[in-house]
Amino acid sequence: MKRIDTSGLSCPEPVIMTKKAVKGLDGGIEVVVDNVASRENVTRFLEATGFTVERIEEGKGWLLKASRS
Amino acid sequence: MKVHRERLVLFSAGAVVAAAAFILVLLGNPGNMGFCIACFLRDIAGSLGLHSSATTQYLRPEIPGLVLGAFIVALARGEFRPTSGSSPVIRFIIAACVSIGALVFLGCPLRMVLRLAAGDLNALFGLVGFVIGIGLGCIALNFGFSLGRTKECSAIEGTSAPLLSVFLLILAFTAPSFLKASTEGPGSMHAPIFASLLMGLVVGALAQRSRLCFAGGVRDIFLMRDTTLITGFASVFAVALVLNLVSGNFRLGFEGQSVAHTDWLWNILGMVVVGFGSVLLGGCPLRQLILAGEGSGDSTAAVLGLVIGGAFAHNFGLASSTAGATGAGKVATVLIIVFFALLSVTVVVANRRKEA
Repeated sequence: MKRIDTSGLSCPEPVIMTKKAVKGLDGGIEVVVDNVASRENVTRFLEATGFTVERIEEGKGWLLKASRS
Repeated sequence: MKVHRERLVLFSAGAVVAAAAFILVLLGNPGNMGFCIACFLRDIAGSLGLHSSATTQYLRPEIPGLVLGAFIVALARGEFRPTSGSSPVIRFIIAACVSIGALVFLGCPLRMVLRLAAGDLNALFGLVGFVIGIGLGCIALNFGFSLGRTKECSAIEGTSAPLLSVFLLILAFTAPSFLKASTEGPGSMHAPIFASLLMGLVVGALAQRSRLCFAGGVRDIFLMRDTTLITGFASVFAVALVLNLVSGNFRLGFEGQSVAHTDWLWNILGMVVVGFGSVLLGGCPLRQLILAGEGSGDSTAAVLGLVIGGAFAHNFGLASSTAGATGAGKVATVLIIVFFALLSVTVVVANRRKEA
């Protein structure tokens, strides 16, 4: 599964990274986020583009596991 | 359901911001200036003697209130994180430029919305410029503009904004003789100190909770066709509009508006600077204050930049008055837009080289 790390990036860069990463992607994607604003924004973007998002706490941030629903 | 809740939080926060702004004007703040982050930071710069414009000097307690409100809520919710290192100096410079643009227009994005809601049509030109500026910033982001990753830093570095805010409040309450305070003009108009502080704390707490951001609202529509964040913007406008209509404060037109000028082109271009710069910074001036309260050293650098930009705007005659934009202000506005464009291109090229 494709994995991108957005830790330390300020809004809206994590969303733009995610947007670029899911372009033409068939399977799921894992996105590492490290702040609440990015977590909410990336989740909202993925859900709007047809993914189901599972959130797992990881270190000081979260791993967002997204699969096509 | 979740998106619905986010919108509800944003709507409520926006409503309270509009109400707080309305109350502050009733209690003495200048017209349509319940809150103006750029103007208030400029007034603080004046009160500390960083500029000598006699009509814009007052230590506005709203500002430390906003930072501390955000700090307390972030701490309570486990969202306080000391971070720093995402190009703080560049952020300082961009923010100083944003402040100059805001003072050419005469308001930050929040005050632009408050002015619109009071029928000030000059702010409509500001809105046009703001949207254009955000569009330019989004183009830069889409090409890969990034100020780099922030890193965890020491707790003392992360708490510098809240600590500075406490220091400012001590100054505000003890009013030592070196602190300047205007006796006429907008700087002399202010709500009682406790009311200002209280409103600042409440709005800071809610802005932290809702992540209210005026640049972000428009930006998310451009970038993701997402209208969640704009709910806050719309809510401030709608509630302020109703309050102005009910109280008879609403006056539709261009002329004779409170702390505003009618130079439409410079209203547009001033806000192009604010929109463009806010996207490069990742948020509007209000959002920078809130992030500073949440422990971001990078946003603290941006807030300090806003203070210095405000001082420069008055020291060099760049800030507009009700008579209109100044010659120097016009030159500065154009130069800043060119600077932002060059900075964007340079950063994008450098980032791409690093990736390749």
